[in-house]
Amino acid sequence: MKVYADQAATTMIGSRALQAMISCYTEHCGNPSSLHEAGRDAEAVLETARERVAQMLHAKPGEIYFTSGGSEADNWAITQAAALGTRKGKKHLISTAFEHHAVLHTLDALKKQGFEVTLLPVHEDGLVRPEELEAAIRDDTALVSVMYVNNEVGTIQPISQIGAICRKKGVLFHTDAVQAVGHLPIDVEAEQIDMLSMAAHKFHGPKGVGALYVKKGIPIGNLIHGGGQERGKRAGTENVPGIVGMAEALAESLENRSEKNDRILAMRQKIADAVLQIPKTRLNGDRTRRLAGNLNFCFDGIEGESLLLYLDLEGICASSGSACTSGSLEPSHVLLALGLPAEVAHGSLRISLDETNTEQEADYIIEKLPVVVERLRSMSPIWNRQGD
Amino acid sequence: MAMTYSEKVRDHFAHPRNVGTIEDANGVGEVGNAVCGDIMKMYLKISDDGIIEDAKFNTFGCGAAIATSSMATEMIKGKSVEEAAQLTNQAVVEALDGLPPVKLHCSVLAEEAVQAALEDYRKRREKKEENA
Repeated sequence: MKVYADQAATTMIGSRALQAMISCYTEHCGNPSSLHEAGRDAEAVLETARERVAQMLHAKPGEIYFTSGGSEADNWAITQAAALGTRKGKKHLISTAFEHHAVLHTLDALKKQGFEVTLLPVHEDGLVRPEELEAAIRDDTALVSVMYVNNEVGTIQPISQIGAICRKKGVLFHTDAVQAVGHLPIDVEAEQIDMLSMAAHKFHGPKGVGALYVKKGIPIGNLIHGGGQERGKRAGTENVPGIVGMAEALAESLENRSEKNDRILAMRQKIADAVLQIPKTRLNGDRTRRLAGNLNFCFDGIEGESLLLYLDLEGICASSGSACTSGSLEPSHVLLALGLPAEVAHGSLRISLDETNTEQEADYIIEKLPVVVERLRSMSPIWNRQGD
Repeated sequence: MAMTYSEKVRDHFAHPRNVGTIEDANGVGEVGNAVCGDIMKMYLKISDDGIIEDAKFNTFGCGAAIATSSMATEMIKGKSVEEAAQLTNQAVVEALDGLPPVKLHCSVLAEEAVQAALEDYRKRREKKEENA
Protein backbone atom coordinates (compact mmCIF):
# COMPACT_ATOMS: atom_id res chain seq x y z
CA MET A 1 0.00 0.00 0.00
CA LYS A 2 1.16 3.53 -0.77
CA VAL A 3 0.14 6.30 1.60
CA TYR A 4 0.90 9.93 0.97
CA ALA A 5 0.77 11.53 4.41
CA ASP A 6 2.84 14.62 3.66
CA GLN A 7 0.10 17.00 2.48
CA ALA A 8 1.69 19.91 4.36
CA ALA A 9 4.80 19.54 2.17
CA THR A 10 2.81 19.60 -1.02
CA THR A 11 -0.37 18.18 -2.52
CA MET A 12 -1.19 16.46 -5.79
CA ILE A 13 -2.93 18.64 -8.34
CA GLY A 14 -6.72 18.33 -8.28
CA SER A 15 -8.49 17.23 -11.45
CA ARG A 16 -10.61 20.37 -11.68
CA ALA A 17 -7.53 22.59 -11.32
CA LEU A 18 -5.70 20.52 -13.91
CA GLN A 19 -8.58 20.79 -16.40
CA ALA A 20 -8.72 24.54 -15.85
CA MET A 21 -4.99 24.76 -16.50
CA ILE A 22 -5.20 22.65 -19.64
CA SER A 23 -7.83 25.03 -21.02
CA CYS A 24 -5.32 27.85 -20.56
CA TYR A 25 -2.73 25.96 -22.60
CA THR A 26 -5.20 24.91 -25.31
CA GLU A 27 -7.74 27.74 -25.51
CA HIS A 28 -6.70 30.83 -23.57
CA CYS A 29 -3.16 31.04 -24.87
CA GLY A 30 -2.77 34.76 -25.38
CA ASN A 31 -0.66 37.24 -23.49
CA PRO A 32 -2.98 39.19 -21.17
CA SER A 33 -1.12 42.38 -22.10
CA SER A 34 -1.91 42.01 -25.83
CA LEU A 35 -4.64 44.15 -27.31
CA HIS A 36 -5.95 41.55 -29.75
CA GLU A 37 -8.69 39.06 -29.15
CA ALA A 38 -6.38 36.30 -27.85
CA GLY A 39 -4.86 38.77 -25.41
CA ARG A 40 -8.23 40.05 -24.26
CA ASP A 41 -9.40 36.49 -23.73
CA ALA A 42 -6.35 35.64 -21.60
CA GLU A 43 -6.81 38.84 -19.63
CA ALA A 44 -10.43 37.93 -18.99
CA VAL A 45 -9.59 34.50 -17.55
CA LEU A 46 -6.76 36.03 -15.51
CA GLU A 47 -9.00 38.70 -14.02
CA THR A 48 -11.76 36.20 -13.35
CA ALA A 49 -9.22 34.14 -11.40
CA ARG A 50 -8.19 37.25 -9.46
CA GLU A 51 -11.82 38.01 -8.62
CA ARG A 52 -12.40 34.45 -7.45
CA VAL A 53 -9.28 34.37 -5.24
CA ALA A 54 -10.13 37.81 -3.82
CA GLN A 55 -13.70 36.83 -3.08
CA MET A 56 -12.64 33.64 -1.30
CA LEU A 57 -10.37 35.67 1.01
CA HIS A 58 -13.02 38.41 1.43
CA ALA A 59 -10.65 40.82 -0.30
CA LYS A 60 -11.02 43.04 -3.38
CA PRO A 61 -9.50 42.00 -6.73
CA GLY A 62 -7.22 45.06 -6.64
CA GLU A 63 -5.70 43.76 -3.41
CA ILE A 64 -4.43 40.49 -4.92
CA TYR A 65 -0.95 40.29 -6.46
CA PHE A 66 -0.02 36.99 -8.02
CA THR A 67 3.45 35.68 -7.24
CA SER A 68 5.57 32.59 -7.84
CA GLY A 69 4.56 31.17 -4.48
CA GLY A 70 4.55 31.64 -0.74
CA SER A 71 8.25 32.41 -0.29
CA GLU A 72 8.13 35.24 -2.80
CA ALA A 73 5.02 36.66 -1.17
CA ASP A 74 6.66 36.51 2.27
CA ASN A 75 9.86 38.15 1.04
CA TRP A 76 7.94 40.87 -0.74
CA ALA A 77 5.59 41.66 2.14
CA ILE A 78 8.30 41.83 4.78
CA THR A 79 10.92 43.76 2.84
CA GLN A 80 8.30 46.27 1.71
CA ALA A 81 6.90 46.72 5.20
CA ALA A 82 10.46 47.33 6.37
CA ALA A 83 10.99 49.87 3.60
CA LEU A 84 7.77 51.67 4.52
CA GLY A 85 8.85 51.66 8.15
CA THR A 86 12.24 53.14 7.29
CA ARG A 87 10.55 56.16 5.74
CA LYS A 88 8.91 56.86 9.08
CA GLY A 89 12.02 56.05 11.11
CA LYS A 90 10.59 52.72 12.25
CA LYS A 91 13.24 50.01 12.45
CA HIS A 92 11.65 47.35 14.64
CA LEU A 93 10.06 44.15 13.34
CA ILE A 94 8.13 41.53 15.32
CA SER A 95 7.65 37.92 14.34
CA THR A 96 7.75 34.50 16.00
CA ALA A 97 10.46 31.98 16.70
CA PHE A 98 8.82 29.26 14.61
CA GLU A 99 8.10 30.99 11.32
CA HIS A 100 8.95 29.41 8.00
CA HIS A 101 12.48 30.15 6.81
CA ALA A 102 11.04 32.36 4.05
CA VAL A 103 10.13 34.74 6.87
CA LEU A 104 13.02 34.09 9.28
CA HIS A 105 15.75 34.43 6.67
CA THR A 106 14.18 37.61 5.27
CA LEU A 107 14.23 39.02 8.80
CA ASP A 108 17.88 37.96 9.15
CA ALA A 109 18.71 39.87 5.98
CA LEU A 110 16.92 42.96 7.34
CA LYS A 111 18.77 42.65 10.63
CA LYS A 112 22.01 43.06 8.69
CA GLN A 113 20.54 46.27 7.28
CA GLY A 114 20.06 47.65 10.76
CA PHE A 115 16.57 46.48 11.72
CA GLU A 116 15.88 45.18 15.18
CA VAL A 117 13.89 41.95 15.27
CA THR A 118 11.85 40.59 18.17
CA LEU A 119 10.85 36.94 17.88
CA LEU A 120 7.90 36.14 20.13
CA PRO A 121 7.98 32.87 22.08
CA VAL A 122 5.43 30.25 21.00
CA HIS A 123 5.37 28.23 24.23
CA GLU A 124 5.02 24.49 24.63
CA ASP A 125 1.64 24.48 22.89
CA GLY A 126 2.95 26.28 19.80
CA LEU A 127 0.69 29.31 20.23
CA VAL A 128 1.52 33.01 20.28
CA ARG A 129 0.10 34.92 23.24
CA PRO A 130 -1.68 38.11 22.05
CA GLU A 131 -0.79 39.90 25.28
CA GLU A 132 2.90 39.17 24.73
CA LEU A 133 2.59 40.55 21.22
CA GLU A 134 0.90 43.69 22.50
CA ALA A 135 3.66 44.20 25.05
CA ALA A 136 6.33 43.79 22.37
CA ILE A 137 4.94 46.50 20.08
CA ARG A 138 6.91 49.75 20.33
CA ASP A 139 6.54 53.20 18.82
CA ASP A 140 9.10 52.24 16.18
CA THR A 141 7.55 48.86 15.25
CA ALA A 142 7.11 48.72 11.49
CA LEU A 143 5.62 45.24 11.11
CA VAL A 144 4.17 42.26 12.90
CA SER A 145 4.44 39.01 10.93
CA VAL A 146 2.82 35.92 12.48
CA MET A 147 2.08 32.78 10.54
CA TYR A 148 -1.56 31.69 10.36
CA VAL A 149 -0.83 27.98 10.80
CA ASN A 150 2.56 26.55 11.70
CA ASN A 151 3.86 24.22 9.02
CA GLU A 152 5.30 21.58 11.35
CA VAL A 153 2.95 21.37 14.31
CA GLY A 154 -0.14 22.78 12.59
CA THR A 155 -1.10 25.12 15.44
CA ILE A 156 -3.57 27.82 14.45
CA GLN A 157 -2.55 31.23 15.74
CA PRO A 158 -5.03 33.72 17.24
CA ILE A 159 -5.00 35.78 14.05
CA SER A 160 -8.13 37.87 14.72
CA GLN A 161 -6.81 38.96 18.10
CA ILE A 162 -3.41 39.77 16.64
CA GLY A 163 -5.08 41.69 13.80
CA ALA A 164 -7.12 43.70 16.26
CA ILE A 165 -4.08 44.58 18.35
CA CYS A 166 -2.05 45.64 15.32
CA ARG A 167 -4.90 47.74 13.92
CA LYS A 168 -5.36 49.43 17.30
CA LYS A 169 -1.65 50.18 17.55
CA GLY A 170 -1.35 51.25 13.93
CA VAL A 171 1.23 48.58 13.03
CA LEU A 172 1.19 46.66 9.75
CA PHE A 173 0.21 43.02 10.15
CA HIS A 174 1.37 40.32 7.73
CA THR A 175 0.52 36.66 8.00
CA ASP A 176 2.16 33.76 6.21
CA ALA A 177 -1.03 31.80 5.56
CA VAL A 178 0.54 29.21 3.27
CA GLN A 179 -0.63 26.33 5.49
CA ALA A 180 -4.03 27.85 6.18
CA VAL A 181 -5.50 28.99 2.87
CA GLY A 182 -7.78 26.35 1.42
CA HIS A 183 -7.99 24.55 4.76
CA LEU A 184 -9.63 27.19 6.95
CA PRO A 185 -12.13 29.92 6.19
CA ILE A 186 -10.20 33.18 5.91
CA ASP A 187 -11.62 36.68 5.98
CA VAL A 188 -8.90 39.30 5.70
CA GLU A 189 -11.40 42.08 6.38
CA ALA A 190 -12.87 40.62 9.57
CA GLU A 191 -9.51 39.38 10.82
CA GLN A 192 -7.91 42.77 10.14
CA ILE A 193 -5.05 41.33 8.13
CA ASP A 194 -2.99 43.86 6.15
CA MET A 195 -0.93 41.40 4.12
CA LEU A 196 -1.30 37.67 3.56
CA SER A 197 0.87 35.15 1.71
CA MET A 198 -0.51 32.01 0.07
CA ALA A 199 0.74 29.18 -2.16
CA ALA A 200 -1.41 27.13 -4.54
CA HIS A 201 0.34 23.78 -4.14
CA LYS A 202 -0.74 23.44 -0.51
CA PHE A 203 -4.38 23.01 -1.54
CA HIS A 204 -4.13 20.83 -4.68
CA GLY A 205 -3.20 23.69 -6.97
CA PRO A 206 -0.08 23.86 -9.13
CA LYS A 207 3.43 24.49 -7.84
CA GLY A 208 5.19 27.76 -8.59
CA VAL A 209 2.21 30.04 -8.07
CA GLY A 210 0.89 31.95 -5.10
CA ALA A 211 -0.38 35.36 -4.14
CA LEU A 212 0.15 38.24 -1.81
CA TYR A 213 -2.88 40.08 -0.52
CA VAL A 214 -2.12 43.70 0.30
CA LYS A 215 -4.85 45.81 1.87
CA LYS A 216 -5.85 48.76 -0.26
CA GLY A 217 -4.00 51.92 0.71
CA ILE A 218 -0.73 50.26 1.74
CA PRO A 219 1.78 51.68 -0.73
CA ILE A 220 4.04 48.68 -1.22
CA GLY A 221 6.93 49.11 -3.61
CA ASN A 222 7.60 47.19 -6.79
CA LEU A 223 9.07 43.72 -6.60
CA ILE A 224 10.03 43.23 -10.26
CA HIS A 225 10.57 46.18 -12.57
CA GLY A 226 9.51 45.83 -16.18
CA GLY A 227 6.13 45.77 -17.85
CA GLY A 228 3.00 46.94 -16.16
CA GLN A 229 1.76 43.57 -14.90
CA GLU A 230 0.21 43.28 -11.46
CA ARG A 231 -0.51 47.00 -11.51
CA GLY A 232 3.14 47.71 -12.21
CA LYS A 233 4.36 46.07 -9.03
CA ARG A 234 5.44 42.69 -10.29
CA ALA A 235 6.45 42.75 -13.91
CA GLY A 236 6.58 39.70 -16.14
CA THR A 237 3.96 37.97 -18.25
CA GLU A 238 1.49 36.38 -15.88
CA ASN A 239 1.48 32.64 -15.22
CA VAL A 240 -2.09 32.42 -16.48
CA PRO A 241 -2.45 28.61 -16.30
CA GLY A 242 -0.99 28.54 -12.80
CA ILE A 243 -3.16 31.39 -11.57
CA VAL A 244 -6.32 29.91 -13.08
CA GLY A 245 -5.39 26.51 -11.60
CA MET A 246 -4.91 28.11 -8.20
CA ALA A 247 -8.31 29.80 -8.29
CA GLU A 248 -10.04 26.55 -9.26
CA ALA A 249 -8.14 24.52 -6.64
CA LEU A 250 -9.03 27.03 -3.94
CA ALA A 251 -12.70 26.96 -4.91
CA GLU A 252 -12.76 23.16 -4.83
CA SER A 253 -10.85 23.02 -1.56
CA LEU A 254 -13.27 25.37 0.17
CA GLU A 255 -16.38 23.50 -1.01
CA ASN A 256 -17.90 21.53 1.88
CA ARG A 257 -14.84 22.45 3.90
CA SER A 258 -16.31 21.78 7.30
CA GLU A 259 -17.50 18.28 6.31
CA LYS A 260 -14.05 17.58 4.89
CA ASN A 261 -12.41 18.80 8.08
CA ASP A 262 -14.70 16.59 10.18
CA ARG A 263 -13.64 13.55 8.20
CA ILE A 264 -9.95 14.48 8.41
CA LEU A 265 -10.31 15.07 12.15
CA ALA A 266 -11.76 11.60 12.60
CA MET A 267 -8.76 10.05 10.83
CA ARG A 268 -6.37 12.17 12.83
CA GLN A 269 -8.00 11.21 16.11
CA LYS A 270 -7.82 7.54 15.24
CA ILE A 271 -4.12 7.75 14.39
CA ALA A 272 -3.31 9.88 17.44
CA ASP A 273 -5.12 7.51 19.79
CA ALA A 274 -3.22 4.53 18.40
CA VAL A 275 0.21 6.13 18.13
CA LEU A 276 0.09 7.65 21.60
CA GLN A 277 -0.25 4.10 22.93
CA ILE A 278 3.42 3.65 21.98
CA PRO A 279 5.44 4.24 25.17
CA LYS A 280 7.48 7.45 25.45
CA THR A 281 5.66 9.14 22.61
CA ARG A 282 4.37 12.69 22.66
CA LEU A 283 2.20 14.84 20.44
CA ASN A 284 3.82 18.22 19.83
CA GLY A 285 1.73 21.36 19.82
CA ASP A 286 -1.73 22.11 21.14
CA ARG A 287 -4.08 19.14 20.79
CA THR A 288 -7.10 20.99 19.47
CA ARG A 289 -6.04 24.39 18.14
CA ARG A 290 -4.31 22.82 15.15
CA LEU A 291 -5.04 22.13 11.51
CA ALA A 292 -7.33 19.12 11.13
CA GLY A 293 -4.81 17.02 9.23
CA ASN A 294 -1.68 17.70 11.28
CA LEU A 295 0.00 15.28 13.66
CA ASN A 296 3.50 15.82 14.97
CA PHE A 297 4.99 13.19 17.24
CA CYS A 298 8.28 12.70 19.02
CA PHE A 299 9.44 9.20 19.83
CA ASP A 300 12.12 8.92 22.50
CA GLY A 301 15.25 7.06 21.48
CA ILE A 302 14.95 7.28 17.70
CA GLU A 303 16.01 9.73 15.07
CA GLY A 304 13.59 11.26 12.56
CA GLU A 305 15.37 10.60 9.30
CA SER A 306 15.76 6.87 9.87
CA LEU A 307 12.09 6.79 10.90
CA LEU A 308 11.14 8.44 7.61
CA LEU A 309 13.30 6.07 5.59
CA TYR A 310 11.79 3.02 7.28
CA LEU A 311 8.27 4.35 6.72
CA ASP A 312 9.21 5.02 3.12
CA LEU A 313 10.23 1.35 2.78
CA GLU A 314 6.66 0.52 3.90
CA GLY A 315 5.22 2.89 1.29
CA ILE A 316 4.36 5.69 3.71
CA CYS A 317 5.44 9.24 2.82
CA ALA A 318 5.71 11.47 5.87
CA SER A 319 8.07 14.17 7.04
CA SER A 320 10.40 14.94 9.88
CA GLY A 321 10.63 18.59 10.71
CA SER A 322 9.98 20.61 7.62
CA ALA A 323 10.97 19.32 4.19
CA CYS A 324 13.20 22.36 3.81
CA THR A 325 15.22 21.19 6.81
CA SER A 326 16.27 17.92 5.22
CA GLY A 327 19.86 18.23 4.18
CA SER A 328 20.60 20.12 7.34
CA LEU A 329 21.72 18.42 10.53
CA GLU A 330 20.01 20.86 12.83
CA PRO A 331 16.93 19.64 14.61
CA SER A 332 13.75 21.47 13.68
CA HIS A 333 13.79 25.12 14.82
CA VAL A 334 10.03 24.79 15.31
CA LEU A 335 10.34 22.02 17.88
CA LEU A 336 13.21 23.81 19.61
CA ALA A 337 10.94 26.89 19.81
CA LEU A 338 8.34 24.69 21.53
CA GLY A 339 11.00 24.02 24.15
CA LEU A 340 11.84 20.45 23.21
CA PRO A 341 15.43 19.38 23.95
CA ALA A 342 17.53 18.81 20.81
CA GLU A 343 17.82 15.05 21.34
CA VAL A 344 14.03 14.74 21.44
CA ALA A 345 13.50 17.13 18.54
CA HIS A 346 15.69 14.87 16.37
CA GLY A 347 13.04 12.16 16.68
CA SER A 348 10.06 14.02 15.29
CA LEU A 349 7.56 12.78 12.74
CA ARG A 350 4.98 14.89 10.96
CA ILE A 351 1.98 13.15 9.46
CA SER A 352 -0.19 15.53 7.45
CA LEU A 353 -3.47 14.35 6.00
CA ASP A 354 -6.22 15.99 4.02
CA GLU A 355 -9.49 15.13 2.30
CA THR A 356 -7.74 12.96 -0.28
CA ASN A 357 -6.58 10.49 2.38
CA THR A 358 -8.75 7.53 3.32
CA GLU A 359 -9.56 5.64 6.46
CA GLN A 360 -7.78 2.58 5.03
CA GLU A 361 -4.66 4.70 4.76
CA ALA A 362 -5.02 5.81 8.36
CA ASP A 363 -5.35 2.15 9.37
CA TYR A 364 -2.22 1.28 7.42
CA ILE A 365 -0.25 4.00 9.24
CA ILE A 366 -1.58 2.65 12.54
CA GLU A 367 -0.43 -0.84 11.53
CA LYS A 368 3.07 0.06 10.35
CA LEU A 369 4.24 2.96 12.49
CA PRO A 370 4.50 1.11 15.83
CA VAL A 371 6.46 -1.70 14.14
CA VAL A 372 8.95 0.73 12.64
CA VAL A 373 9.34 2.61 15.93
CA GLU A 374 9.92 -0.68 17.74
CA ARG A 375 12.50 -1.79 15.20
CA LEU A 376 14.48 1.44 15.43
CA ARG A 377 14.31 1.46 19.21
CA SER A 378 15.62 -2.09 19.31
CA MET A 379 18.82 -0.86 17.67
CA SER A 380 19.08 2.41 19.60
CA PRO A 381 21.75 2.65 22.31
CA ILE A 382 19.79 5.45 23.99
CA TRP A 383 16.61 3.42 24.14
CA ASN A 384 18.39 0.29 25.32
CA ARG A 385 20.08 2.30 28.06
CA GLN A 386 16.67 3.55 29.23
CA GLY A 387 15.63 -0.07 29.50
CA ASP A 388 18.62 -0.93 31.68
CA MET B 1 17.30 19.56 -1.93
CA ALA B 2 16.45 15.96 -1.15
CA MET B 3 19.43 13.74 -0.51
CA THR B 4 19.96 10.61 -2.48
CA TYR B 5 21.57 7.60 -0.94
CA SER B 6 23.36 4.96 -3.01
CA GLU B 7 21.81 1.51 -3.46
CA LYS B 8 24.40 0.11 -1.04
CA VAL B 9 23.52 2.66 1.63
CA ARG B 10 19.83 1.95 1.13
CA ASP B 11 20.49 -1.77 1.43
CA HIS B 12 22.49 -1.35 4.62
CA PHE B 13 19.94 0.80 6.40
CA ALA B 14 17.02 -1.31 5.21
CA HIS B 15 18.77 -4.54 6.19
CA PRO B 16 21.47 -3.58 8.66
CA ARG B 17 24.01 -6.32 9.38
CA ASN B 18 25.17 -7.12 12.89
CA VAL B 19 22.57 -5.17 14.84
CA GLY B 20 22.59 -6.03 18.51
CA THR B 21 24.84 -6.37 21.50
CA ILE B 22 27.41 -8.98 22.57
CA GLU B 23 26.99 -10.19 26.16
CA ASP B 24 30.62 -11.20 26.62
CA ALA B 25 32.18 -8.49 24.45
CA ASN B 26 35.76 -7.64 25.37
CA GLY B 27 35.82 -4.33 23.53
CA VAL B 28 32.96 -1.81 23.73
CA GLY B 29 33.03 1.75 22.43
CA GLU B 30 30.43 4.49 22.27
CA VAL B 31 30.78 7.75 20.37
CA GLY B 32 28.60 10.71 19.41
CA ASN B 33 25.91 12.47 21.39
CA ALA B 34 22.14 12.70 21.25
CA VAL B 35 22.09 16.48 20.94
CA CYS B 36 23.80 16.16 17.55
CA GLY B 37 21.50 13.32 16.64
CA ASP B 38 23.96 10.41 16.34
CA ILE B 39 25.20 7.84 18.84
CA MET B 40 26.99 4.64 17.87
CA LYS B 41 27.84 1.86 20.26
CA MET B 42 30.13 -0.89 19.00
CA TYR B 43 30.61 -4.30 20.62
CA LEU B 44 33.59 -6.50 19.69
CA LYS B 45 34.37 -10.10 20.61
CA ILE B 46 38.09 -10.59 20.09
CA SER B 47 39.82 -13.95 20.33
CA ASP B 48 42.98 -14.59 22.35
CA ASP B 49 45.06 -14.38 19.19
CA GLY B 50 43.64 -10.93 18.38
CA ILE B 51 41.06 -11.79 15.73
CA ILE B 52 37.67 -10.01 15.74
CA GLU B 53 35.32 -12.96 15.90
CA ASP B 54 32.16 -10.94 16.18
CA ALA B 55 31.10 -7.31 15.93
CA LYS B 56 27.70 -5.83 16.70
CA PHE B 57 26.28 -2.35 16.99
CA ASN B 58 23.50 -0.20 18.36
CA THR B 59 22.95 3.12 16.64
CA PHE B 60 20.71 6.11 17.22
CA GLY B 61 20.84 8.23 14.11
CA CYS B 62 19.90 8.80 10.53
CA GLY B 63 19.91 6.30 7.66
CA ALA B 64 23.58 7.02 6.94
CA ALA B 65 24.51 6.43 10.58
CA ILE B 66 22.84 3.03 10.51
CA ALA B 67 24.39 2.13 7.14
CA THR B 68 27.92 3.16 8.13
CA SER B 69 27.66 1.23 11.42
CA SER B 70 26.48 -1.83 9.52
CA MET B 71 29.22 -1.56 6.90
CA ALA B 72 31.97 -0.90 9.45
CA THR B 73 31.07 -4.05 11.41
CA GLU B 74 31.09 -6.06 8.18
CA MET B 75 34.51 -4.71 7.27
CA ILE B 76 36.22 -5.58 10.56
CA LYS B 77 34.68 -8.98 11.24
CA GLY B 78 37.33 -11.71 10.87
CA LYS B 79 40.11 -9.13 10.76
CA SER B 80 42.97 -8.84 13.22
CA VAL B 81 42.94 -6.03 15.75
CA GLU B 82 45.84 -4.41 13.86
CA GLU B 83 43.95 -4.57 10.56
CA ALA B 84 40.77 -3.20 12.11
CA ALA B 85 42.72 -0.30 13.59
CA GLN B 86 43.57 0.71 10.01
CA LEU B 87 39.89 1.15 9.07
CA THR B 88 39.27 4.69 7.85
CA ASN B 89 36.03 6.52 7.33
CA GLN B 90 37.02 6.91 3.68
CA ALA B 91 37.12 3.13 3.28
CA VAL B 92 33.64 2.85 4.78
CA VAL B 93 32.34 5.55 2.42
CA GLU B 94 33.89 3.81 -0.59
CA ALA B 95 32.45 0.47 0.43
CA LEU B 96 29.02 2.12 0.52
CA ASP B 97 29.52 3.69 -2.94
CA GLY B 98 29.64 7.15 -1.43
CA LEU B 99 27.63 9.28 0.98
CA PRO B 100 26.03 12.71 0.54
CA PRO B 101 28.56 15.35 1.74
CA VAL B 102 26.33 16.39 4.65
CA LYS B 103 26.41 12.77 5.88
CA LEU B 104 30.18 12.20 5.75
CA HIS B 105 30.41 12.81 9.50
CA CYS B 106 28.48 9.54 10.00
CA SER B 107 31.36 7.62 8.47
CA VAL B 108 33.77 9.44 10.77
CA LEU B 109 31.60 8.39 13.68
CA ALA B 110 31.72 4.76 12.49
CA GLU B 111 35.51 4.87 12.34
CA GLU B 112 35.62 6.44 15.80
CA ALA B 113 33.25 3.82 17.19
CA VAL B 114 35.54 1.03 15.97
CA GLN B 115 38.58 2.84 17.38
CA ALA B 116 36.84 3.37 20.72
CA ALA B 117 35.94 -0.32 20.95
CA LEU B 118 39.52 -1.31 20.10
CA GLU B 119 40.86 1.13 22.67
CA ASP B 120 38.56 -0.39 25.29
CA TYR B 121 39.87 -3.85 24.33
CA ARG B 122 43.51 -2.71 24.71
CA LYS B 123 42.80 -1.16 28.12
CA ARG B 124 41.05 -4.29 29.32
CA ARG B 125 44.03 -6.40 28.21
CA GLU B 126 46.54 -4.15 29.94
CA LYS B 127 44.51 -4.37 33.12
CA LYS B 128 44.38 -8.11 32.80
CA GLU B 129 48.17 -8.29 32.33
CA GLU B 130 48.71 -6.01 35.32
CA ASN B 131 46.49 -8.22 37.43
CA ALA B 132 48.13 -11.40 36.17
